[in-house]
Amino acid sequence: MRIRCPFCGERSHAEFSYLGDAAPTRPNIGTRATVPDTTLFVDYVYMRDNSPGVMREYWQHVGGCRSWLIVERNVTTHAISNVASAREQVLAATEGEHP
Amino acid sequence: MHYSIFSVLSQAWKGQTGWTPMWREPQPKRAYDAIIVGGGGHGLATAYYLAKNHGVTNVAVLEKGWIGGGNVGRNTTIIRSNYREPGNLPFYEKSLQLWEGLEQDINYNAMVSQRGVLNLFHSDAQRDAFAYRGNAMRLHGVDATLLDREAVRAMVPTLDLDNARFPIHGGLLQKRGGTVRHDAVAWGYARAADRLGVDIIQNCEVTGIRIVAGAVTGVETTRGFIGAKKLGLAAAGNSSRVAAMAGLRLPIESHVLQAFVSEGIKPLVDTVVTFGAGHFYVSQSDKGGLVFGGSLDGYNSYAQRGNLPMVEDVLEEAVAIMPSLSRLRMLRSWGGIMDMSMDGSPIIDKTDITGLYLNCGWCYGGFKATPASGFCFAHTIANDAPHDLNAAYRLDRFATGHLINEGGAGAQPNLH
Ligand SMILES: Cc1cc2nc3c(=O)[nH]c(=O)nc-3n(C[C@H](O)[C@H](O)[C@H](O)COP(=O)(O)OP(=O)(O)OC[C@H]3O[C@@H](n4cnc5c(N)ncnc54)[C@H](O)[C@@H]3O)c2cc1C
Ligand SMILES: [Zn+2]
Repeated sequence: MRIRCPFCGERSHAEFSYLGDAAPTRPNIGTRATVPDTTLFVDYVYMRDNSPGVMREYWQHVGGCRSWLIVERNVTTHAISNVASAREQVLAATEGEHP
Repeated sequence: MHYSIFSVLSQAWKGQTGWTPMWREPQPKRAYDAIIVGGGGHGLATAYYLAKNHGVTNVAVLEKGWIGGGNVGRNTTIIRSNYREPGNLPFYEKSLQLWEGLEQDINYNAMVSQRGVLNLFHSDAQRDAFAYRGNAMRLHGVDATLLDREAVRAMVPTLDLDNARFPIHGGLLQKRGGTVRHDAVAWGYARAADRLGVDIIQNCEVTGIRIVAGAVTGVETTRGFIGAKKLGLAAAGNSSRVAAMAGLRLPIESHVLQAFVSEGIKPLVDTVVTFGAGHFYVSQSDKGGLVFGGSLDGYNSYAQRGNLPMVEDVLEEAVAIMPSLSRLRMLRSWGGIMDMSMDGSPIIDKTDITGLYLNCGWCYGGFKATPASGFCFAHTIANDAPHDLNAAYRLDRFATGHLINEGGAGAQPNLH
């Protein structure tokens, strides 16, 4: 499997380390006055869709530029359809949440 | 047909013409008392113990391919009970005890070979960790022996004890561990279950689960609807897909694990050796091939084949502990899809849906568990309540905090 890092170009996947499914998003911790819903955290930490087909997942180019990437990969065929920097996508998704 | 020395001799006189098929090829009935999804080791063992221990014989095992085509026929055949955690130890020890009596019980030669499992350690800290595990085992009545360097040298002369980076300081030996011919386990359980009336239905993929008013009523399959009051899921690497048919999301990821077999050579290793400074293990099959395995490829996968970096990694580890293997040729390699649970321990439990039971999360260690898994799952299905031995393998332990984190890798299946 070869991953095309947007910064370094195409490299063996052995240069990258894997975090996993990019779908789960950290639930809002709430305020001091409200108790956060722990079932949301159980879901976030432990539960996975784990379906075959295309998955968006986090990889880090540790043997290269060290950027975090979001790779769209078919987990059955290993065909990679897109690789993008994770930074912009995550910042956009969590805007305003973490001052 | 009962197998014995007499059947073998009488067949020799008849030119081997009198053997009968090991199990029937029945058409699915319209309904069963219980259906098991997945004709791997766990599904077949479950059906066998349902019939034998609980008198539930109106049972079908539905297998989408052929029995033994999944992980039960793809693993590296190691059995052992050298666990540390309270929830795990009694369960795996029960499994080892069932292996010890299995061949007589099911009248089938599964080539159970208690050749020992030797875990090497390479540092003082690792020795302490292994001594701790060995003591935990002995407190549970399980055999464990801590070997020093010289004892390891005497036992496995081919090891390089003085590897500059990973010198071998000793090992933890479980003498009762060993290997079992993996596909014979599937065939043996299938034959034994069939003889008690269980229908084994191959080429029958479950495509849907029918639930009415919170209770299971049956399954949609590629061979039509089949009714069932009780439904046990034992689909290993496909557990999430099958559970999704009942609207369940599981604490499981599917990952690929590879195995390797070398060309056949004269006897070299008469035990199972594991490398403690990486993830590598080796044993020798009765045909002479060395059987190797390592760790997961490290990313989610539904492909039953692995990638090259892991091949390199495993072979490097092989040569690190046994330099004499460097000129050995590899014959074949393959992969299997592992149902990696979030704490590395299995799940055998009922669900909130009446009549739906779950058996999954075996990670890369479920072969050794086959007998106890079948034993406990059958008990759970028949009694609608878990056995003491699988009481800890609850589905809700991830919410209640009662994780069984044997490997200490947390909720990171790719690191287990
Ligand atoms: C390379 C490798 C090495 C391993 N080494 C060891 C080892 O040394 N020791 C050890 O203890 N464990 C080992 N394991 C793990 C062990 O093989 C598995 O944990 C165990 O076999 C899983 O249980 P099973 O036998 O029931 O699975 P499987 O044999 O995979 O059975 C599941 C079955 O379900 C079927 N199925 C799936 N979906 C459907 C559907 N929708 N409808 C109908 N049927 C379906 C599949 O076709 C499959 O046959 C290893 C695994 C691999 C891949
Ligand atoms: Zn890069």
